[in-house]
Amino acid sequence: MAVAWQDELRGIYHIAIKDMRTYYLKPPALSWGMVFPLAWTLAFYLRSPGDFAELVPGLLAMTIVFSTTAAEAVVINFELRLGTLERLLLAPIGITSVLLGKVLGGFLFGLFTTAIVAGASILYMGLHPDILGLALIAVPSLMVFSSMGALFSVAVKEVFEAQTLLNLPRFLMVFLCGVVYPVSALPEGLQLLARLLPLTYTVQGLRISFFEHADPLLWRDFAALLVFLILFLLPAIRLLHRRFR
Amino acid sequence: MPESEPAILVDGLVKRYGELLAVDHISFQVNQGEIYGFLGPNGSGKTTTIRMLVGLAQPDEGRAKVLGYHLPAGISQAKRYMGVVPDVSNLYDELSALDNLIFMARLYGVAREEQKKRAEQLLRDFGLYERRKDRFSTFSRGMKRALTIACALIHEPRLLFLDEPTTGLDAAAARSLRSLISGLREKGLTIFLTTHYLEEADLLCDRIAILVQGRIVRIDTPAHLKRLVQTESLVEFTFQGDILPLAKELESRLGEAKAAVIDQNTIRIYGGDPAEVFDTIFQFSKDKAIGIEAASTIRPSLEDAFLKIAGLSPRVMAAEKSPGKGRR
Repeated sequence: MAVAWQDELRGIYHIAIKDMRTYYLKPPALSWGMVFPLAWTLAFYLRSPGDFAELVPGLLAMTIVFSTTAAEAVVINFELRLGTLERLLLAPIGITSVLLGKVLGGFLFGLFTTAIVAGASILYMGLHPDILGLALIAVPSLMVFSSMGALFSVAVKEVFEAQTLLNLPRFLMVFLCGVVYPVSALPEGLQLLARLLPLTYTVQGLRISFFEHADPLLWRDFAALLVFLILFLLPAIRLLHRRFR
Repeated sequence: MPESEPAILVDGLVKRYGELLAVDHISFQVNQGEIYGFLGPNGSGKTTTIRMLVGLAQPDEGRAKVLGYHLPAGISQAKRYMGVVPDVSNLYDELSALDNLIFMARLYGVAREEQKKRAEQLLRDFGLYERRKDRFSTFSRGMKRALTIACALIHEPRLLFLDEPTTGLDAAAARSLRSLISGLREKGLTIFLTTHYLEEADLLCDRIAILVQGRIVRIDTPAHLKRLVQTESLVEFTFQGDILPLAKELESRLGEAKAAVIDQNTIRIYGGDPAEVFDTIFQFSKDKAIGIEAASTIRPSLEDAFLKIAGLSPRVMAAEKSPGKGRR
Protein backbone atom coordinates (compact mmCIF):
# COMPACT_ATOMS: atom_id res chain seq x y z
CA MET A 1 0.00 0.00 0.00
CA ALA A 2 2.86 2.32 0.90
CA VAL A 3 4.41 1.70 -2.49
CA ALA A 4 1.10 2.56 -4.20
CA TRP A 5 0.98 5.86 -2.32
CA GLN A 6 4.53 6.60 -3.38
CA ASP A 7 3.56 5.90 -6.99
CA GLU A 8 0.64 8.31 -6.74
CA LEU A 9 2.73 11.06 -5.12
CA ARG A 10 5.50 10.59 -7.66
CA GLY A 11 2.93 10.86 -10.46
CA ILE A 12 1.43 14.07 -9.02
CA TYR A 13 4.88 15.64 -8.69
CA HIS A 14 6.13 14.73 -12.17
CA ILE A 15 2.89 15.82 -13.86
CA ALA A 16 3.08 19.22 -12.14
CA ILE A 17 6.76 19.66 -13.05
CA LYS A 18 6.12 18.63 -16.65
CA ASP A 19 3.22 21.11 -16.86
CA MET A 20 5.49 23.90 -15.66
CA ARG A 21 8.00 23.12 -18.40
CA THR A 22 5.42 22.52 -21.09
CA TYR A 23 2.62 25.01 -20.62
CA TYR A 24 3.63 28.00 -18.55
CA LEU A 25 4.78 29.98 -21.56
CA LYS A 26 1.68 29.22 -23.63
CA PRO A 27 -0.08 32.44 -24.75
CA PRO A 28 -3.38 31.78 -22.91
CA ALA A 29 -1.52 31.17 -19.65
CA LEU A 30 0.59 34.28 -20.08
CA SER A 31 -2.19 36.61 -21.19
CA TRP A 32 -4.93 35.57 -18.73
CA GLY A 33 -2.68 34.37 -15.94
CA MET A 34 0.08 37.00 -15.87
CA VAL A 35 -0.46 39.97 -18.16
CA PHE A 36 -4.09 40.52 -17.14
CA PRO A 37 -3.57 40.65 -13.34
CA LEU A 38 -0.36 42.65 -13.70
CA ALA A 39 -2.06 45.14 -16.04
CA TRP A 40 -4.99 45.55 -13.62
CA THR A 41 -2.63 46.11 -10.72
CA LEU A 42 -0.68 48.70 -12.68
CA ALA A 43 -3.89 50.42 -13.83
CA PHE A 44 -5.14 50.78 -10.26
CA TYR A 45 -1.78 52.05 -9.12
CA LEU A 46 -1.64 54.69 -11.86
CA ARG A 47 -5.22 55.79 -11.13
CA SER A 48 -4.62 56.55 -7.47
CA PRO A 49 -1.12 55.83 -6.17
CA GLY A 50 -2.04 57.26 -2.76
CA ASP A 51 -4.83 54.72 -2.07
CA PHE A 52 -3.06 51.81 -3.70
CA ALA A 53 -2.04 50.13 -0.43
CA GLU A 54 -5.73 49.65 0.40
CA LEU A 55 -6.24 47.82 -2.88
CA VAL A 56 -3.27 45.44 -2.58
CA PRO A 57 -5.18 42.55 -0.85
CA GLY A 58 -7.94 42.68 -3.47
CA LEU A 59 -5.51 42.80 -6.35
CA LEU A 60 -3.51 39.92 -4.91
CA ALA A 61 -6.72 37.92 -4.59
CA MET A 62 -7.57 38.69 -8.19
CA THR A 63 -4.09 37.64 -9.27
CA ILE A 64 -4.59 34.32 -7.46
CA VAL A 65 -7.91 33.74 -9.26
CA PHE A 66 -6.75 34.60 -12.78
CA SER A 67 -3.32 32.98 -12.63
CA THR A 68 -4.51 29.62 -11.27
CA THR A 69 -7.66 29.29 -13.38
CA ALA A 70 -5.87 30.38 -16.58
CA ALA A 71 -3.14 27.81 -15.94
CA GLU A 72 -5.70 25.04 -15.34
CA ALA A 73 -7.49 25.78 -18.60
CA VAL A 74 -4.16 25.41 -20.39
CA VAL A 75 -2.77 22.36 -18.60
CA ILE A 76 -6.03 20.42 -18.82
CA ASN A 77 -7.58 21.49 -22.10
CA PHE A 78 -4.43 21.32 -24.24
CA GLU A 79 -4.03 17.76 -23.04
CA LEU A 80 -7.67 16.85 -23.52
CA ARG A 81 -7.52 18.11 -27.09
CA LEU A 82 -4.23 16.43 -28.01
CA GLY A 83 -5.04 13.18 -26.21
CA THR A 84 -2.02 13.49 -23.93
CA LEU A 85 -4.27 13.37 -20.86
CA GLU A 86 -5.21 9.84 -21.91
CA ARG A 87 -1.54 8.97 -22.01
CA LEU A 88 -1.21 10.08 -18.38
CA LEU A 89 -4.14 7.85 -17.50
CA LEU A 90 -2.33 4.87 -19.01
CA ALA A 91 0.41 5.18 -16.40
CA PRO A 92 0.10 3.23 -13.14
CA ILE A 93 -1.45 6.15 -11.27
CA GLY A 94 -5.10 6.93 -10.57
CA ILE A 95 -7.31 9.54 -12.24
CA THR A 96 -7.41 11.42 -8.93
CA SER A 97 -3.62 11.74 -8.93
CA VAL A 98 -3.60 12.93 -12.53
CA LEU A 99 -6.06 15.68 -11.59
CA LEU A 100 -4.14 16.54 -8.43
CA GLY A 101 -0.99 16.85 -10.53
CA LYS A 102 -2.85 19.30 -12.76
CA VAL A 103 -4.16 21.25 -9.77
CA LEU A 104 -0.64 21.39 -8.34
CA GLY A 105 0.59 22.72 -11.70
CA GLY A 106 -1.97 25.55 -11.55
CA PHE A 107 -1.10 26.17 -7.91
CA LEU A 108 2.60 26.59 -8.70
CA PHE A 109 1.90 28.92 -11.62
CA GLY A 110 -0.40 30.99 -9.38
CA LEU A 111 2.14 31.00 -6.58
CA PHE A 112 4.82 32.29 -8.93
CA THR A 113 2.64 35.08 -10.36
CA THR A 114 1.18 36.05 -6.98
CA ALA A 115 4.63 36.12 -5.41
CA ILE A 116 5.77 38.62 -8.05
CA VAL A 117 2.75 40.89 -7.48
CA ALA A 118 2.92 40.51 -3.69
CA GLY A 119 6.69 41.04 -3.53
CA ALA A 120 6.58 44.12 -5.76
CA SER A 121 3.60 45.65 -3.89
CA ILE A 122 5.05 44.99 -0.42
CA LEU A 123 8.50 46.33 -1.28
CA TYR A 124 7.31 49.34 -3.28
CA MET A 125 4.55 50.36 -0.87
CA GLY A 126 6.59 49.55 2.24
CA LEU A 127 3.83 47.28 3.63
CA HIS A 128 4.40 44.91 6.55
CA PRO A 129 1.96 42.04 6.25
CA ASP A 130 1.74 39.12 8.67
CA ILE A 131 3.65 36.63 6.51
CA LEU A 132 2.23 33.56 8.25
CA GLY A 133 -1.29 34.92 7.94
CA LEU A 134 -0.63 35.72 4.29
CA ALA A 135 0.51 32.14 3.68
CA LEU A 136 -2.46 30.78 5.67
CA ILE A 137 -4.83 32.45 3.21
CA ALA A 138 -2.83 32.47 -0.03
CA VAL A 139 -1.94 28.77 -0.05
CA PRO A 140 -5.50 27.39 0.33
CA SER A 141 -6.78 30.12 -2.01
CA LEU A 142 -4.33 29.03 -4.71
CA MET A 143 -5.56 25.46 -4.27
CA VAL A 144 -9.23 26.52 -4.26
CA PHE A 145 -9.02 28.50 -7.49
CA SER A 146 -6.77 25.96 -9.16
CA SER A 147 -9.44 23.35 -8.34
CA MET A 148 -12.17 25.67 -9.61
CA GLY A 149 -10.22 26.05 -12.87
CA ALA A 150 -9.86 22.27 -13.07
CA LEU A 151 -13.60 21.78 -12.52
CA PHE A 152 -14.55 24.14 -15.35
CA SER A 153 -11.80 22.85 -17.64
CA VAL A 154 -12.65 19.15 -17.42
CA ALA A 155 -16.22 20.01 -18.39
CA VAL A 156 -15.14 21.24 -21.85
CA LYS A 157 -12.51 20.33 -24.43
CA GLU A 158 -10.92 23.50 -25.82
CA VAL A 159 -8.81 26.09 -24.00
CA PHE A 160 -10.93 28.97 -25.31
CA GLU A 161 -14.12 27.25 -24.12
CA ALA A 162 -12.68 26.85 -20.64
CA GLN A 163 -11.44 30.47 -20.53
CA THR A 164 -14.82 31.77 -21.69
CA LEU A 165 -16.71 29.60 -19.22
CA LEU A 166 -14.38 30.67 -16.42
CA ASN A 167 -14.90 34.35 -17.13
CA LEU A 168 -18.39 34.19 -15.67
CA PRO A 169 -17.36 33.28 -12.10
CA ARG A 170 -14.08 35.21 -12.38
CA PHE A 171 -15.62 38.57 -13.25
CA LEU A 172 -18.60 38.00 -10.97
CA MET A 173 -16.18 37.47 -8.10
CA VAL A 174 -13.98 40.43 -9.02
CA PHE A 175 -16.99 42.74 -8.74
CA LEU A 176 -18.76 41.14 -5.77
CA CYS A 177 -16.07 39.87 -3.45
CA GLY A 178 -14.40 43.04 -2.28
CA VAL A 179 -11.54 43.24 -4.77
CA VAL A 180 -12.37 46.83 -5.70
CA TYR A 181 -15.48 47.75 -3.68
CA PRO A 182 -15.95 46.62 -0.08
CA VAL A 183 -18.58 43.89 0.29
CA SER A 184 -20.24 45.99 2.98
CA ALA A 185 -20.94 48.71 0.38
CA LEU A 186 -23.03 46.31 -1.72
CA PRO A 187 -26.83 45.94 -1.47
CA GLU A 188 -27.88 43.30 1.07
CA GLY A 189 -28.81 40.67 -1.54
CA LEU A 190 -25.44 40.97 -3.24
CA GLN A 191 -23.70 40.80 0.12
CA LEU A 192 -25.40 37.48 0.69
CA LEU A 193 -24.30 36.29 -2.74
CA ALA A 194 -20.75 37.45 -1.99
CA ARG A 195 -20.74 35.22 1.12
CA LEU A 196 -21.31 32.24 -1.17
CA LEU A 197 -18.23 33.01 -3.27
CA PRO A 198 -14.75 31.85 -2.25
CA LEU A 199 -12.94 35.02 -3.30
CA THR A 200 -14.72 36.94 -0.52
CA TYR A 201 -12.81 34.87 2.05
CA THR A 202 -9.53 35.28 0.19
CA VAL A 203 -9.89 39.08 0.07
CA GLN A 204 -11.05 39.22 3.67
CA GLY A 205 -8.20 37.01 4.87
CA LEU A 206 -5.58 38.89 2.91
CA ARG A 207 -6.90 42.18 4.23
CA ILE A 208 -6.56 40.89 7.78
CA SER A 209 -3.01 39.66 7.04
CA PHE A 210 -2.02 43.05 5.69
CA PHE A 211 -3.73 45.42 8.09
CA GLU A 212 -5.09 43.65 11.18
CA HIS A 213 -2.43 41.17 12.25
CA ALA A 214 -3.28 38.12 14.39
CA ASP A 215 -7.03 38.46 14.04
CA PRO A 216 -8.73 35.11 14.88
CA LEU A 217 -11.15 35.76 12.00
CA LEU A 218 -8.29 34.69 9.76
CA TRP A 219 -9.00 31.09 10.78
CA ARG A 220 -12.63 31.49 9.80
CA ASP A 221 -11.57 32.51 6.30
CA PHE A 222 -9.07 29.66 6.21
CA ALA A 223 -11.79 27.17 7.18
CA ALA A 224 -14.21 28.59 4.59
CA LEU A 225 -11.53 28.20 1.91
CA LEU A 226 -10.98 24.56 2.86
CA VAL A 227 -14.71 23.94 2.41
CA PHE A 228 -14.59 25.53 -1.05
CA LEU A 229 -11.53 23.41 -1.89
CA ILE A 230 -13.55 20.26 -1.24
CA LEU A 231 -16.55 21.66 -3.11
CA PHE A 232 -14.47 22.23 -6.25
CA LEU A 233 -12.02 19.37 -6.09
CA LEU A 234 -14.39 16.46 -5.55
CA PRO A 235 -16.73 17.27 -8.48
CA ALA A 236 -13.69 17.91 -10.71
CA ILE A 237 -12.33 14.44 -9.90
CA ARG A 238 -15.77 12.93 -10.39
CA LEU A 239 -16.22 14.67 -13.74
CA LEU A 240 -12.84 13.45 -14.98
CA HIS A 241 -13.73 9.91 -13.88
CA ARG A 242 -16.97 10.17 -15.86
CA ARG A 243 -15.16 11.33 -18.98
CA PHE A 244 -13.13 8.13 -19.00
CA ARG A 245 -15.73 5.70 -17.71
CA MET B 1 2.73 -15.00 -13.61
CA PRO B 2 3.04 -18.72 -14.60
CA GLU B 3 4.09 -19.22 -18.22
CA SER B 4 1.04 -21.35 -18.91
CA GLU B 5 -1.32 -18.52 -17.94
CA PRO B 6 -2.54 -16.39 -20.84
CA ALA B 7 -1.37 -12.77 -21.01
CA ILE B 8 -4.94 -11.69 -21.74
CA LEU B 9 -8.11 -13.61 -20.99
CA VAL B 10 -11.42 -12.10 -22.08
CA ASP B 11 -14.80 -13.66 -21.45
CA GLY B 12 -18.06 -12.24 -22.78
CA LEU B 13 -16.93 -8.60 -22.82
CA VAL B 14 -19.60 -6.05 -23.76
CA LYS B 15 -19.42 -2.28 -24.23
CA ARG B 16 -22.37 -0.08 -25.09
CA TYR B 17 -22.42 3.62 -25.97
CA GLY B 18 -26.07 4.50 -25.54
CA GLU B 19 -27.95 2.43 -28.09
CA LEU B 20 -24.80 1.40 -29.92
CA LEU B 21 -23.40 -2.01 -29.05
CA ALA B 22 -19.71 -1.32 -29.73
CA VAL B 23 -18.39 -4.64 -28.41
CA ASP B 24 -20.73 -7.60 -28.38
CA HIS B 25 -19.89 -10.48 -26.01
CA ILE B 26 -16.36 -11.15 -27.22
CA SER B 27 -14.19 -13.89 -25.74
CA PHE B 28 -10.57 -14.69 -26.55
CA GLN B 29 -7.22 -15.36 -24.99
CA VAL B 30 -3.75 -14.14 -25.89
CA ASN B 31 -0.86 -16.42 -24.97
CA GLN B 32 2.37 -15.09 -23.56
CA GLY B 33 4.94 -14.23 -26.22
CA GLU B 34 2.57 -14.21 -29.19
CA ILE B 35 1.54 -11.39 -31.50
CA TYR B 36 -2.23 -11.42 -31.52
CA GLY B 37 -3.98 -9.50 -34.24
CA PHE B 38 -7.36 -7.87 -33.93
CA LEU B 39 -8.52 -7.33 -37.47
CA GLY B 40 -11.55 -5.44 -38.61
CA PRO B 41 -12.79 -2.34 -40.40
CA ASN B 42 -13.24 1.02 -38.66
CA GLY B 43 -16.02 0.93 -36.09
CA SER B 44 -15.75 -2.83 -35.56
CA GLY B 45 -14.83 -2.40 -31.89
CA LYS B 46 -11.04 -2.83 -32.00
CA THR B 47 -10.12 0.38 -30.21
CA THR B 48 -12.99 0.03 -27.71
CA THR B 49 -11.67 -3.42 -26.78
CA ILE B 50 -8.17 -2.03 -26.21
CA ARG B 51 -9.58 0.85 -24.16
CA MET B 52 -11.33 -1.62 -21.88
CA LEU B 53 -8.22 -3.77 -21.50
CA VAL B 54 -5.97 -0.82 -20.60
CA GLY B 55 -8.39 0.79 -18.16
CA LEU B 56 -9.58 3.75 -20.25
CA ALA B 57 -13.14 2.41 -20.44
CA GLN B 58 -15.24 0.17 -18.23
CA PRO B 59 -16.91 -2.90 -19.73
CA ASP B 60 -20.67 -3.11 -19.27
CA GLU B 61 -20.60 -6.90 -19.02
CA GLY B 62 -18.09 -9.72 -19.02
CA ARG B 63 -14.75 -10.43 -17.43
CA ALA B 64 -11.17 -9.70 -18.38
CA LYS B 65 -7.85 -10.68 -16.86
CA VAL B 66 -4.65 -9.01 -18.01
CA LEU B 67 -1.23 -10.34 -16.95
CA GLY B 68 -2.92 -12.26 -14.17
CA TYR B 69 -4.83 -9.26 -12.79
CA HIS B 70 -8.61 -9.14 -12.88
CA LEU B 71 -10.05 -5.95 -14.39
CA PRO B 72 -11.08 -3.40 -13.38
CA ALA B 73 -9.92 -4.08 -9.79
CA GLY B 74 -6.34 -4.95 -10.72
CA ILE B 75 -5.81 -2.38 -13.47
CA SER B 76 -3.34 -0.29 -11.47
CA GLN B 77 -1.06 -3.28 -10.95
CA ALA B 78 -1.49 -4.47 -14.54
CA LYS B 79 -0.57 -1.01 -15.88
CA ARG B 80 2.94 -1.37 -14.44
CA TYR B 81 3.64 -4.21 -16.85
CA MET B 82 1.80 -3.06 -19.95
CA GLY B 83 2.77 -0.56 -22.61
CA VAL B 84 0.16 1.12 -24.75
CA VAL B 85 0.52 2.75 -28.15
CA PRO B 86 -2.79 4.50 -28.90
CA ASP B 87 -4.03 5.09 -32.42
CA VAL B 88 -2.79 8.69 -32.25
CA SER B 89 0.78 9.68 -31.39
CA ASN B 90 -0.05 11.59 -28.24
CA LEU B 91 3.26 12.77 -26.84
CA TYR B 92 4.21 16.28 -25.82
CA ASP B 93 4.94 18.58 -28.75
CA GLU B 94 6.92 20.97 -26.56
CA LEU B 95 9.27 18.33 -25.19
CA SER B 96 12.21 16.80 -27.01
CA ALA B 97 12.25 13.10 -27.90
CA LEU B 98 14.59 12.43 -24.98
CA ASP B 99 12.50 14.45 -22.52
CA ASN B 100 9.30 12.70 -23.59
CA LEU B 101 10.95 9.36 -22.88
CA ILE B 102 12.36 10.49 -19.54
CA PHE B 103 8.99 11.88 -18.47
CA MET B 104 7.35 8.53 -19.23
CA ALA B 105 10.14 6.73 -17.36
CA ARG B 106 9.45 8.90 -14.31
CA LEU B 107 5.71 8.31 -14.48
CA TYR B 108 6.30 4.56 -14.50
CA GLY B 109 8.79 4.74 -11.64
CA VAL B 110 11.89 3.68 -13.58
CA ALA B 111 14.93 4.08 -11.31
CA ARG B 112 16.60 7.47 -11.71
CA GLU B 113 19.96 6.02 -12.82
CA GLU B 114 18.20 3.90 -15.46
CA GLN B 115 16.01 6.60 -17.01
CA LYS B 116 18.49 8.26 -19.36
CA LYS B 117 20.29 5.02 -20.18
CA ARG B 118 17.07 3.31 -21.27
CA ALA B 119 15.79 6.37 -23.12
CA GLU B 120 19.00 6.69 -25.15
CA GLN B 121 19.05 2.97 -25.92
CA LEU B 122 15.47 3.11 -27.21
CA LEU B 123 16.30 6.17 -29.31
CA ARG B 124 19.18 4.20 -30.86
CA ASP B 125 17.00 1.10 -31.39
CA PHE B 126 14.35 3.18 -33.14
CA GLY B 127 16.82 5.20 -35.21
CA LEU B 128 15.96 8.49 -33.50
CA TYR B 129 19.14 9.11 -31.52
CA GLU B 130 20.39 11.87 -33.82
CA ARG B 131 17.09 13.71 -33.29
CA ARG B 132 16.94 13.13 -29.51
CA LYS B 133 17.09 16.84 -28.66
CA ASP B 134 14.50 17.87 -31.25
CA ARG B 135 10.97 18.66 -30.19
CA PHE B 136 8.30 16.05 -30.87
CA SER B 137 6.37 18.60 -32.95
CA THR B 138 9.19 18.69 -35.52
CA PHE B 139 9.02 14.94 -36.21
CA SER B 140 7.52 13.30 -39.29
CA ARG B 141 4.46 11.10 -38.79
CA GLY B 142 6.56 7.92 -38.97
CA MET B 143 9.07 9.24 -36.44
CA LYS B 144 6.21 10.23 -34.14
CA ARG B 145 4.81 6.71 -34.29
CA ALA B 146 8.24 5.24 -33.61
CA LEU B 147 8.79 7.53 -30.60
CA THR B 148 5.30 6.72 -29.29
CA ILE B 149 6.18 3.02 -29.41
CA ALA B 150 9.54 3.74 -27.73
CA CYS B 151 7.72 5.59 -24.93
CA ALA B 152 5.47 2.58 -24.39
CA LEU B 153 8.58 0.41 -23.94
CA ILE B 154 10.52 2.63 -21.52
CA HIS B 155 9.37 0.67 -18.44
CA GLU B 156 10.12 -2.68 -20.12
CA PRO B 157 6.53 -3.97 -20.24
CA ARG B 158 5.60 -7.62 -20.67
CA LEU B 159 2.58 -6.82 -22.81
CA LEU B 160 2.34 -4.19 -25.53
CA PHE B 161 -0.92 -2.89 -26.99
CA LEU B 162 -0.49 -1.45 -30.46
CA ASP B 163 -3.56 0.29 -31.83
CA GLU B 164 -3.29 0.80 -35.60
CA PRO B 165 0.47 1.40 -35.43
CA THR B 166 1.05 2.03 -39.13
CA THR B 167 -2.15 3.83 -40.15
CA GLY B 168 -1.43 7.03 -42.01
CA LEU B 169 2.23 6.21 -42.63
CA ASP B 170 3.86 6.09 -46.05
CA ALA B 171 4.94 2.67 -47.31
CA ALA B 172 8.59 3.04 -46.28
CA ALA B 173 7.79 4.24 -42.76
CA ALA B 174 5.20 1.48 -42.32
CA ARG B 175 7.71 -1.16 -43.47
CA SER B 176 10.33 0.12 -41.07
CA LEU B 177 7.84 0.15 -38.18
CA ARG B 178 6.72 -3.40 -38.96
CA SER B 179 10.29 -4.56 -38.82
CA LEU B 180 10.63 -2.89 -35.40
CA ILE B 181 7.51 -4.71 -34.21
CA SER B 182 8.92 -8.02 -35.47
CA GLY B 183 12.05 -7.30 -33.46
CA LEU B 184 9.97 -6.86 -30.31
CA ARG B 185 8.48 -10.32 -30.72
CA GLU B 186 12.02 -11.75 -30.71
CA LYS B 187 12.53 -10.14 -27.31
CA GLY B 188 9.64 -12.22 -25.95
CA LEU B 189 7.10 -9.42 -25.64
CA THR B 190 3.42 -10.30 -25.95
CA ILE B 191 1.83 -7.95 -28.48
CA PHE B 192 -1.84 -7.19 -28.97
CA LEU B 193 -2.11 -5.50 -32.34
CA THR B 194 -5.17 -3.94 -33.91
CA THR B 195 -5.04 -3.17 -37.57
CA HIS B 196 -7.15 -2.98 -40.68
CA TYR B 197 -4.14 -3.68 -42.88
CA LEU B 198 -4.49 -7.31 -43.83
CA GLU B 199 -0.95 -7.68 -45.10
CA GLU B 200 0.32 -6.30 -41.80
CA ALA B 201 -1.65 -8.87 -39.83
CA ASP B 202 -0.47 -11.60 -42.19
CA LEU B 203 3.16 -10.58 -41.79
CA LEU B 204 3.26 -10.03 -38.04
CA CYS B 205 0.60 -12.03 -36.24
CA ASP B 206 0.72 -15.53 -34.83
CA ARG B 207 -3.05 -15.57 -34.52
CA ILE B 208 -5.78 -13.27 -35.72
CA ALA B 209 -9.26 -12.53 -34.44
CA ILE B 210 -11.57 -11.12 -37.09
CA LEU B 211 -13.95 -8.57 -35.67
CA VAL B 212 -17.08 -7.42 -37.47
CA GLN B 213 -19.63 -5.06 -35.91
CA GLY B 214 -18.36 -5.70 -32.41
CA ARG B 215 -18.33 -9.49 -32.67
CA ILE B 216 -15.47 -11.92 -33.19
CA VAL B 217 -16.40 -14.00 -36.22
CA ARG B 218 -13.24 -16.13 -36.41
CA ILE B 219 -9.96 -16.71 -34.56
CA ASP B 220 -7.17 -18.59 -36.30
CA THR B 221 -3.62 -18.41 -37.59
CA PRO B 222 -3.06 -16.46 -40.84
CA ALA B 223 -2.10 -19.73 -42.60
CA HIS B 224 -5.34 -21.46 -41.57
CA LEU B 225 -7.40 -18.46 -42.53
CA LYS B 226 -5.85 -18.41 -45.98
CA ARG B 227 -6.41 -22.13 -46.34
CA LEU B 228 -10.14 -21.49 -46.03
CA VAL B 229 -10.15 -19.94 -49.46
CA GLN B 230 -7.32 -21.93 -51.02
CA THR B 231 -9.68 -24.65 -52.28
CA GLU B 232 -11.69 -22.08 -54.20
CA SER B 233 -10.70 -20.74 -57.56
CA LEU B 234 -9.93 -17.06 -57.63
CA VAL B 235 -9.94 -15.21 -60.91
CA GLU B 236 -9.42 -11.52 -61.49
CA PHE B 237 -10.54 -9.63 -64.59
CA THR B 238 -9.53 -6.11 -65.55
CA PHE B 239 -11.92 -4.46 -68.02
CA GLN B 240 -11.23 -1.62 -70.42
CA GLY B 241 -14.21 0.35 -69.14
CA ASP B 242 -16.10 1.04 -65.94
CA ILE B 243 -17.50 -2.21 -64.57
CA LEU B 244 -19.20 -0.70 -61.51
CA PRO B 245 -22.65 -0.09 -63.11
CA LEU B 246 -22.65 -3.62 -64.54
CA ALA B 247 -21.41 -5.50 -61.45
CA LYS B 248 -24.82 -6.62 -60.21
CA GLU B 249 -25.87 -7.95 -63.56
CA LEU B 250 -22.57 -9.77 -63.94
CA GLU B 251 -22.93 -11.39 -60.53
CA SER B 252 -26.44 -12.59 -61.40
CA ARG B 253 -24.95 -14.55 -64.32
CA LEU B 254 -22.24 -16.23 -62.22
CA GLY B 255 -24.36 -18.79 -60.43
CA GLU B 256 -22.49 -20.15 -57.39
CA ALA B 257 -19.46 -17.93 -57.85
CA LYS B 258 -19.29 -14.57 -56.07
CA ALA B 259 -17.98 -11.33 -57.52
CA ALA B 260 -16.23 -8.57 -55.61
CA VAL B 261 -15.41 -5.21 -57.17
CA ILE B 262 -11.77 -4.29 -56.55
CA ASP B 263 -11.87 -0.97 -58.37
CA GLN B 264 -13.92 0.52 -61.19
CA ASN B 265 -12.16 -1.62 -63.80
CA THR B 266 -11.34 -4.74 -61.84
CA ILE B 267 -13.50 -7.53 -60.51
CA ARG B 268 -12.51 -10.64 -58.56
CA ILE B 269 -14.53 -13.86 -58.85
CA TYR B 270 -14.53 -16.34 -55.96
CA GLY B 271 -15.49 -19.99 -56.36
CA GLY B 272 -17.34 -21.73 -59.16
CA ASP B 273 -15.82 -23.77 -61.97
CA PRO B 274 -13.00 -21.66 -63.47
CA ALA B 275 -13.81 -22.75 -67.05
CA GLU B 276 -17.44 -21.73 -66.61
CA VAL B 277 -16.41 -18.45 -64.98
CA PHE B 278 -14.15 -17.60 -67.93
CA ASP B 279 -16.91 -18.49 -70.43
CA THR B 280 -19.48 -16.40 -68.56
CA ILE B 281 -17.20 -13.39 -68.32
CA PHE B 282 -16.17 -13.49 -71.99
CA GLN B 283 -19.81 -13.79 -73.03
CA PHE B 284 -20.73 -10.90 -70.74
CA SER B 285 -17.91 -8.82 -72.18
CA LYS B 286 -19.21 -9.46 -75.69
CA ASP B 287 -22.85 -8.71 -74.75
CA LYS B 288 -21.97 -5.45 -73.06
CA ALA B 289 -19.27 -4.44 -75.55
CA ILE B 290 -16.77 -3.87 -72.80
CA GLY B 291 -13.30 -5.19 -73.57
CA ILE B 292 -11.19 -7.30 -71.25
CA GLU B 293 -7.69 -5.96 -70.66
CA ALA B 294 -6.40 -8.78 -68.47
CA ALA B 295 -7.55 -12.01 -66.88
CA SER B 296 -5.62 -14.04 -64.34
CA THR B 297 -6.00 -16.65 -61.66
CA ILE B 298 -4.62 -15.42 -58.37
CA ARG B 299 -3.27 -16.90 -55.14
CA PRO B 300 -5.64 -16.33 -52.23
CA SER B 301 -4.39 -13.85 -49.67
CA LEU B 302 -5.42 -13.12 -46.11
CA GLU B 303 -7.54 -10.36 -47.62
CA ASP B 304 -9.52 -12.96 -49.54
CA ALA B 305 -9.99 -15.01 -46.38
CA PHE B 306 -11.10 -11.91 -44.54
CA LEU B 307 -13.53 -11.03 -47.29
CA LYS B 308 -15.03 -14.47 -47.21
CA ILE B 309 -15.30 -14.60 -43.40
CA ALA B 310 -16.37 -11.02 -42.76
CA GLY B 311 -18.50 -10.70 -45.88
CA LEU B 312 -17.04 -7.29 -46.67
CA SER B 313 -16.30 -5.95 -50.09
CA PRO B 314 -12.68 -5.13 -50.91
CA ARG B 315 -13.80 -1.57 -51.57
CA VAL B 316 -14.72 -1.22 -47.89
CA MET B 317 -11.29 -2.41 -46.87
CA ALA B 318 -9.64 -0.20 -49.49
CA ALA B 319 -11.46 2.78 -48.01
CA GLU B 320 -10.19 1.76 -44.58
CA LYS B 321 -6.64 1.97 -45.83
CA SER B 322 -6.72 5.66 -46.56
CA PRO B 323 -4.95 7.65 -43.83
CA GLY B 324 -7.27 8.60 -40.98
CA LYS B 325 -8.29 12.22 -40.65
CA GLY B 326 -6.49 14.21 -38.01
CA ARG B 327 -4.04 11.49 -37.16
CA ARG B 328 -0.78 12.69 -35.68
